[in-house]
Amino acid sequence: MKFAVIVFPGSNCDLDMYHAVKDELGEEAAYVWHDETSLEGFDAVLLPGGFSYGDYLRSGAIARFSPIMKAVEKAAAEGKPVLGVCNGFQVLLEAGLLPGAMRRNAKLTFICKQTELEIKNKSTMFTTGYADEETITIPVAHGDGNYYCDETTLKKLKDNNQIVFTYKDDINGSVANIAGITNENGNVLGMMPHPERAVDDLLGSADGLKLFQSIVKYWREQHAITS
Amino acid sequence: MMYEVKVYVTLKEGVLDPQGSAVKNSLHHLGYEGVEEVRIGKVMTLRIEAEKDTVDAQVKEMCDKLLANPVIEDYTYETEEVVSS
Repeated sequence: MKFAVIVFPGSNCDLDMYHAVKDELGEEAAYVWHDETSLEGFDAVLLPGGFSYGDYLRSGAIARFSPIMKAVEKAAAEGKPVLGVCNGFQVLLEAGLLPGAMRRNAKLTFICKQTELEIKNKSTMFTTGYADEETITIPVAHGDGNYYCDETTLKKLKDNNQIVFTYKDDINGSVANIAGITNENGNVLGMMPHPERAVDDLLGSADGLKLFQSIVKYWREQHAITS
Repeated sequence: MMYEVKVYVTLKEGVLDPQGSAVKNSLHHLGYEGVEEVRIGKVMTLRIEAEKDTVDAQVKEMCDKLLANPVIEDYTYETEEVVSS
């Protein structure tokens, strides 16, 4: 399985994402620069964290108009797994691939710590590997992670089971403690915590690895030779 | 024609403004206890070369596409013709 790691000017978790896929997961990965226009040959798309375009104007606001985003939208429409982490999540929100928006953290501080997450939906292509866990520990590192959506949208998210991860404790003021959501189709996941930074016990947690393993499992099932 | 456009972007009413609350608290510490609310927004100044009948539509499109995020922000703008001296 081949993962694209999108690199915007100002991305800084692209190497971690690449390492997680290549070395810990054992699958193929390649960097794709933001001004490319095609994602042909890739089975999944990863939008890493960082500060694309310096977070100017709003986090993710400028990156969402990068040439590669048309190809990301296409991959999303085709049902391919698309994962946006942290700034990648913000880009997906700005692009309208996920509903809602990010505000400054309620207490204004940049939060960088291990965080306990509750898994709200274990049947997405990103979470089937967590059948045995109720909570997992994955680090966050963000200043604008205070998720906002209106009540109508929140109800839709709940009704469609689109809320995948919530913070066990309210760390940043997010509506309904939301840490990660999917689109209606379930193939686009945005999350503020960094699963790519939790792929080995040496890093303090390996709980993020199962997220990547779930994607591979889903892909294998889709591409199994059936007779 | 050259226009100078001032775009004001503000958080929608009802959307919590953490920066505004922090500034309000600071003003209270300074003794300005009458301050009931502070909302922080952005002002952007654009100089645009455009025809008179298209400038308004252009600015509106820019705001909708990029300058404001309609999920959490509102915008207004003022357009003024720049007269070269």
